[in-house]
Parts: sequence; structure tokens; C-alpha cells
Amino acid sequence: MSDGSLSNGKAVSRAPAPLSLGTLRNHGGLIALVLILAFNALFTPNFLQVQTLFVNISQVATIAIVAIGMTLVIATAGIDLSVGAVMALAGALAPLIFLSDFGQAYPALGIAAAFVLPLLAASLCGLFNGIMISYLNVQPIIATLILFISGRGIAQVLTNGNLQTFSNPYFSYLGTGKILGLPFQGWLALVLALAVYWLVSRTIFGRYLLAVGGNERAARLAGAPVRMVKIGAYVLCAFLSGIAGLIVVAINSASDAARNGNLMELDAIAAAVVGGALLQGGRAPIFGAILGAVIIQLVKYTLLANGVEDEVALIAKAAIIVLAVYIQQARKE
Amino acid sequence: MPGSDAFDLRQFLRGDGRNAGVWIALAALILFGLARYENFGSAYNIVSFLNYNSMFIIISIGMCFVIMTGGIDLSVGSVAAFASVVAAYLSPYGIEVALPGGVLAGAAFGAINAFCIIAMRIPPFIATLATMLAAKGGALVISGAQTISVDWGSNFTKLGMEKAFNILPWTIVIVAIVAIVLWVVLEQTSLGRTVLAIGGSEDASNLMGLKVNRAKVFVYLLSGGCAGLAGVFLASGFGAGQPLEGIGWELSAIASVVVGGTLLTGGLGSVTATVAGALLLGLVFNILNFENGRGTISLSAYWQMVIRGGFLFVVILLQTRMNASRQKAG
Repeated sequence: MSDGSLSNGKAVSRAPAPLSLGTLRNHGGLIALVLILAFNALFTPNFLQVQTLFVNISQVATIAIVAIGMTLVIATAGIDLSVGAVMALAGALAPLIFLSDFGQAYPALGIAAAFVLPLLAASLCGLFNGIMISYLNVQPIIATLILFISGRGIAQVLTNGNLQTFSNPYFSYLGTGKILGLPFQGWLALVLALAVYWLVSRTIFGRYLLAVGGNERAARLAGAPVRMVKIGAYVLCAFLSGIAGLIVVAINSASDAARNGNLMELDAIAAAVVGGALLQGGRAPIFGAILGAVIIQLVKYTLLANGVEDEVALIAKAAIIVLAVYIQQARKE
Repeated sequence: MPGSDAFDLRQFLRGDGRNAGVWIALAALILFGLARYENFGSAYNIVSFLNYNSMFIIISIGMCFVIMTGGIDLSVGSVAAFASVVAAYLSPYGIEVALPGGVLAGAAFGAINAFCIIAMRIPPFIATLATMLAAKGGALVISGAQTISVDWGSNFTKLGMEKAFNILPWTIVIVAIVAIVLWVVLEQTSLGRTVLAIGGSEDASNLMGLKVNRAKVFVYLLSGGCAGLAGVFLASGFGAGQPLEGIGWELSAIASVVVGGTLLTGGLGSVTATVAGALLLGLVFNILNFENGRGTISLSAYWQMVIRGGFLFVVILLQTRMNASRQKAG
């Protein structure tokens, strides 16, 4: 926790033996990806089809987008358990807005508001988390646990627990549109990843972010605005979760506050950790998060396509999380 | 205080004086309820209230020990659901088999938690989040995603539906015994002192030669076992093993523990104040139900989640302020 080096990667200087823990740690994600792809190519019927690619891209996008935000939060040595609930909240708000009298009367304004207001609400959730954590010094797990349970509750209160169905081609484009033949949300995830990568690697915010996660006290002494940086990370994470929530609603042309983003916090944490994020903070591998998301999605798909029951898939996911954290954990010791 | 051998009732109730707030709040809420609702003080309401909340009290006590070491157990809800299914399957053999079976099933998940956290050095919330998934998956697998009806012919349902000596529900009697035993463990044994020392500083405890790992194994086994017991109560009280139950229970338990004045960073805590915290949280919902019944408010079930979160929020705010003033004073 407190050995305090900002440059975590440089410590490893011994040449790792093939397939040692070190190799697994540094290239485990890619190795896992190759193994899963090889397994599927050999055993899963119809895996090497364009349709399979589409299905997986459209589903991986939401995990990837949330995982990017989770990576930012984990980089500050925090965690955000509320991402799934924030997805549900944003997802519940959007149809409420464009199905409202106002949204029906002014369709263009209604659609715009259906994007802006839910994302604003999501960002406010992030602000709440960030203030709890940075100003009130509440542990991230506990602080985000509040919205983890009550965020979804608010979404269900707003919709009275009802499934909201709609047909709105403009809004649905977010989940069903295609650019160059590939799902829109795949491109969106890519653009967001590039933007956040730029933010982390090329801006002062990014420097501070890694500094805060590497050694918070040192960062504070060096004059970094620790509180603002942490708040920024949680707001960004919640904002990205909001986008993911809207995408899920757009894909289904329906908003179900009980299911939208359910257990997403686990997928996102797993994706970030598989992608190389350290729970102790100080690293923000954005493209690693994308790789992690792809792996998580492919594991889900593989289990589903080979007829493994959902319940057993839960257990498999639990094992993956533990294994990934275990391998990452050894990095700092 | 830990040195005194005699059972000191005042110490038993107060912890060491930090927890007066929760008892005052509890007393105030009870007086409010008695004054406002006709049936609030009825034997029926008291018994059903205690019976229902016995599950949450027992889980909160287990959680209290985990949190005192600076850890957390997010798996308790799913583990309770898993144990309720196990207990339902074992119910034909009677309470003598089903009760230990359910507790052991819970403790087994506690053992997995302990292994992941101590041997694999995985952070507690990740390990227990994973166990939460695994227990939920496990419960759905062994139950075939169905509720499993208990055997009504055996004595199993007596536990959750009948009263000991016609006075108090069996569940409450068991909870009281467990609470007293664990209070003694915490306040009067070296194991209990070690639990608190770990939360204060794990490194220092190690350097002092305290049996840190043994104490950590104990708290996770205990939390799992308590969740298992809650699962047995669930199956017995509702007549079925319920694989989908337990969502958000970890939050209630954490809230109860925090309301009871246990620091989330570990090192301080009280079993009795945790019980009071669980009763307080339960009482808030009991009173909301009465208000719903009077028609002054009309809250859907979804509000429960919002209120639970809001309650935790208020408690955390209070605790933060208390800590700040304590640091100033000390």
C-alpha cells in the first residue's frame, strides 16, 4: 500500500521465465484472449461468423465504457460499486424525458434533453461519491455502497418499477446504429477510450491522477489538488456509466430499472483488473480495460454459446475475478 | 475494562460509553411508536418484529467482527440464501441436522473468504464480492432456481414459527445466546482483543506477536456461520429455501454495525451496540409500515432501498462528525 513508488512498472528487472507468474502478470490478458479465441474457434459452433462479431461488439461496448471509468477510479486507489445503479438511473430517466408531454411536443428538444439530463444526473451521483470520499474521508467501498443500493431504488421509484418500452429511432441509434457496418456503440467506446487515454497520458489531471493513486500523501505534499482529482475520477466514472446505461436502454428499446446494469460493477472491476489496473492505485491502463472487457465478454459468450447455465457462469466469473486480482496482487510485492 | 472478570451490566450495555447515541435513538423511536400507534406495543407486533429481524441481527453481529478487523464481508446476503436452500433440503431430518447443516454451509463460504483474503492476499471486498457471486450461483444451481419448500412434518419450522416456553420466538433466544457468547469473546478473551488490535494496526499486531491470521480466519468463519444461521431462520420462518433472497442484506448489516458505533476502519466496536443498531434500522421500517397503514404516507417497496441507502448516508455523516470531534478532543 505505502511503499510509495510512482513508477510501479520499473521495479521488475529480472528476466521472467516463460509462463512464470511475471509473464502472466504482464501479458496474462493477451494470453487469456488468445486462449479463449482459440477455444471458441475450435469448439463453439458458428463462432467465426460476422454475426458473432456484431453481437459481441454491441455487448462489450457497455462493459468497456464502464471499465474505463472504473480504471480511473481504481487508479486513485478507490473503487466504485455504484456504476450499475447509476446505469439504471440514467437509463430510467431517458425514456421518462422523451416520453413526457414536453418530449412529445418538442421531439428534437426532448431527445437532446434525454441525453443531457440523464448524464447530468449520473455525473451528480459521481459528485456525491467523490465528495463523500474526498471531503468526508469515507472509504470508497462504503461511500459507493450507498448509491449501489439506493440509486437503483430511485430509478425504480421514478418508474414505479415498470418496464418502459418505446419506439424512438433517434434514441435507439445509440444502441442499434451502425457506422461502416459496425455497431455505433463499439465506435463510441473506442472514441471514449482514446479521449480518456489522452486525458490520462497528456494532461495535468492525468499526472495528478496517477500521483494520487501512487502515493496520496506525497501527492498532497507536492501540491496536487488531491480532492478535486478524486472527485474528477468519480464524476467521470459515473458519467461513463450513465452513457452505458443509455446504450443498454437504446439496445432494448426498453428501460428496466431492476435489470439495467445489474452486477455491472463486478464486470467493470474484473475488466479493469484483468486489464492491468492495480487495486492499490497508481496505474490507469485504459486500453487494458478494453482488453479486459473483451475477455470478460468472451468468457460470458463462450459459456452461453456452449450451453453452460447462467448460474454456473456466475461461479466462473467469481473465479476469474479472484484469479485476476491474485495475479495482479503479486505485482507490488 | 477488558481486565475485569465480573459481568458488568453497565459495561455490557454501553460498550465503553461511546454508544449512548444508538440507545437513546432506539428508546426515542420506541416511545414515539408507543405514543403514536395503538398496536405498536402489542405482543404480536413485538414478536413478529423480533422474529423477522433476528436474521438481520445475527448477520450484523458477524459483520461487526469482520469490520472490527478493518475488513468487510459483502457475501453475507447470498450466503444466507445458499444456506436457506441447504437447510430446506435438510429439513426432513429435523432441526438437529438442518440447523448445523445451514450454519456449516455458511461457514464453508467463510472459509473460502478467509483463504482468499489471508492466503491469496486478495482485498476483502473483492474476495467477498466474488463469494457473493459464487454463493448466489451455487444457491441457484443446487435449487434449480426454484424455492425449495421445507418439510412441514419435521420439527424444522418450529424454530422460526414457535416460541420458546410460549414467551419469545426461538430465533430470538438463539440470537440472544449467540450475542452474549460473542460479547464475552470480544470483551474478555485474547481472541477478541486480537480482533480489535488488528483493526487498530495489523502491522503492529503482527510485530507484537499476536495471532493475526488465526483471528482473521475466525472472523470470516464467524461471519459466514452467522449468515448461514440467518439462512436457517429464513427457511424456517418462511417455510422455504429461497435462492434469490438476501439482496442488499450486506448493506443493512453494514449500516447496523456503523450505527452501533463500530468504526469502519476497524479497531473499535461493540456487539451490544451493533444489536441496538440492527434493532434501530428494523424499527425505522416497522414505523414506516405503521405510517403506511395509517395512510399518512404511501411508500412502495422500492422506497425501502432508497431509505436504506439514505439511512446509511446519515449514519456515516454522523460518524464522520463524531470522529472529527473525538480527534479534536483527544
